[in-house]
Amino acid sequence: MSGASSWSFREEDAARIGALLNSLLREANARTALLVDRTGQMLATVGEEPRFDPVAFASLTAADFSANDQLARMLGENEFGALFHQGEKDSLYLADVARRVILVVLFDNRTTLGLVKLRVRGVVEELSALFTAMFARETAGEPRVETGFVDEAEDEIDKLFGS
Amino acid sequence: MSLINYASREINCKLVYYGPGLGGKTTNLEYIYEKVAPASKGKMISLATETERTLFFDFLPVDLGTIRGFKTRFHLYTVPGQVYYNASRKLILKGVDGCVFVADSQMERMEANIESMQNLYDNMAQHGLDLTRIPFVIQYNKRDLPNAAPVEQLQEALNPGWPVEDPARQRPLVDPNRPGEMLIQEADGVWVERVPHFEAVAVRGDGVFDTLRAISKLVLKTIG
Repeated sequence: MSGASSWSFREEDAARIGALLNSLLREANARTALLVDRTGQMLATVGEEPRFDPVAFASLTAADFSANDQLARMLGENEFGALFHQGEKDSLYLADVARRVILVVLFDNRTTLGLVKLRVRGVVEELSALFTAMFARETAGEPRVETGFVDEAEDEIDKLFGS
Repeated sequence: MSLINYASREINCKLVYYGPGLGGKTTNLEYIYEKVAPASKGKMISLATETERTLFFDFLPVDLGTIRGFKTRFHLYTVPGQVYYNASRKLILKGVDGCVFVADSQMERMEANIESMQNLYDNMAQHGLDLTRIPFVIQYNKRDLPNAAPVEQLQEALNPGWPVEDPARQRPLVDPNRPGEMLIQEADGVWVERVPHFEAVAVRGDGVFDTLRAISKLVLKTIG
């Protein structure tokens, strides 16, 4: 056992993922695609700017997916690889990527669930390969934050949380 | 597992408030929410029952601002304290960077504190994490109540210390928050480490920010 580890998300990762998600949105005629990691942090947002608070959204998405994962296990399933939440106008389709990330597609009546599902299936495979490579990289010694970061952050903590 | 996002220039750290039911975890977050400047906080989310008991979690994002080019943010979570919500508690611990154990100082809650601490250790282990190796602080809450146990007794039960095996760390370490007290010291030939502890009355806000400041700094040290 060990302490918590970090992983990083580089600009070139963001560019490749952005391209994949943009083509997904075009082909599925969906509005927004978001990537959230399983701990509840937003990784990327592509398409129409969401009208909701993305930080809260990411935290709830991860909780939603995790809770459903446990429900799946109770049924003897390994996981529910995808979830669908249907609204009157807007709906959400969530799919697992490499067991560490969740792809969320926000869509409305201009498309259908069937089309979204179909297009997501294709892109999930490509995203999974990409993320698997990213996670394999994490042990290879990442660039960290600049020296001086911790001192400066401590000053900010004292200011914000009172010293 | 703090996430450094080089693309969006963000660092997000996850802090989890753990402890027995009705110990004051949500109260800590509510006080922080009330006092932190509006520009530095996001929306607070509480998934609670109709009687305001935490069902799944409370969530509060707090922005530290942009530091050396990185927007730095803490995600504060509480877990449901009630014993039968263990499945939910375990989920919230996923990816935790730092943990605050909010103990209820009342004498009659001693057993509940001990049970919850053991539960925290077990749930962390199931995520492959060792509680003694991640940033961790204890808050003794409800110090104002007449039936509060002495801090020494709580320390003995909840923070007895563990052996320091790494020879490089086997040297005295003063508790920066409590002059005269030690975090690492030698006793009967064995080096023992305790985690920092804070006394609090969360409903009044006493000790709430001392606790948050300490855990935030410990977490940031693991990044830098």
